[in-house]
Amino acid sequence: MERQPVDSSGAGRGTLKSYATGFVLSLTLTVLAFGLVMRGALPLPGILFGIIGAAVVQIVVQMHYFLHLDASSSQRWNVMVLVYTVLIIAILVGGTLWIMFNMRDHMMAVSMLTGH
Amino acid sequence: MTAQVIGQDDHDPVSNAAFGFWLYIMTDCVLFASIFATFAVLHHNYAGGPTGKDLFNLPEVFAETVFLLISSVAYGFTMLALYRNERGQVLRWLIITALFGLGFIGIEITEFRHLIMAGNGPDRSGFLSAFFTLVGTHGAHVSVGLIWMAVMMFQVMNRGLTIPVKSRLMRLGIFWHFLDVIWICVFTVVYLMGAL
Repeated sequence: MERQPVDSSGAGRGTLKSYATGFVLSLTLTVLAFGLVMRGALPLPGILFGIIGAAVVQIVVQMHYFLHLDASSSQRWNVMVLVYTVLIIAILVGGTLWIMFNMRDHMMAVSMLTGH
Repeated sequence: MTAQVIGQDDHDPVSNAAFGFWLYIMTDCVLFASIFATFAVLHHNYAGGPTGKDLFNLPEVFAETVFLLISSVAYGFTMLALYRNERGQVLRWLIITALFGLGFIGIEITEFRHLIMAGNGPDRSGFLSAFFTLVGTHGAHVSVGLIWMAVMMFQVMNRGLTIPVKSRLMRLGIFWHFLDVIWICVFTVVYLMGAL
């Protein structure tokens, strides 16, 4: 248990290499996402898929290379809380969109029937 | 029983504080998620006003994004200097981090000012209310991070790299990297998808 106080759980230690790798990957993904939208060379579903994919990959890249989350035992509790938070966010955002868009569709159906 | 399991691995106060701060960051994620959900519900409610396509200046948003990314990496170099116990280097990288952060906030404030002056403030439409709430909440977090950074510069200068100062710098790092992660969601969902 001989550990330096500043590098145990909470935030793992970064290295020059990890920050440089994270920076290059993040910049590449950002350029890719902006390029897809600003050039508009792909059909719409392709662009959407591309930018959402680039965002998800970049989040993982930054979580790993900047926040140093990984499968090691010192990071176990941090990752567990993160996984739980992702679940809560999925329920919160997914549930909100489901309810609100479902309601909108029903309201539209009613206003079409009554003419209001 | 659970406390024992946790306790075995994390006895020292610094790592406990970091874990506690990580829990706060996770609740902040839930806060941002609810604002994102609100934005997603309202993003087509233009009330006859301008759409994202009319308003957003993507090269400007790209510059903001690169500034915040460089700032995030510069904070990484602050931590590397901290591990080497080089006080001057820690201070230097903190200043670089803060300058790029200020650049980000500067561009954002300019954007907000132009929108409001043109009559496209948060009162214009549901879409713009949700836009200002989401982007503004992120901007407020970055501003608080910058104030925290200024405080840490004084502490590094006056107190040196003591254990409490190191512990605070580590938590500020978690906060700063986290804000860059949230910004990925903001520029993708608000600006890029809004400009399509």
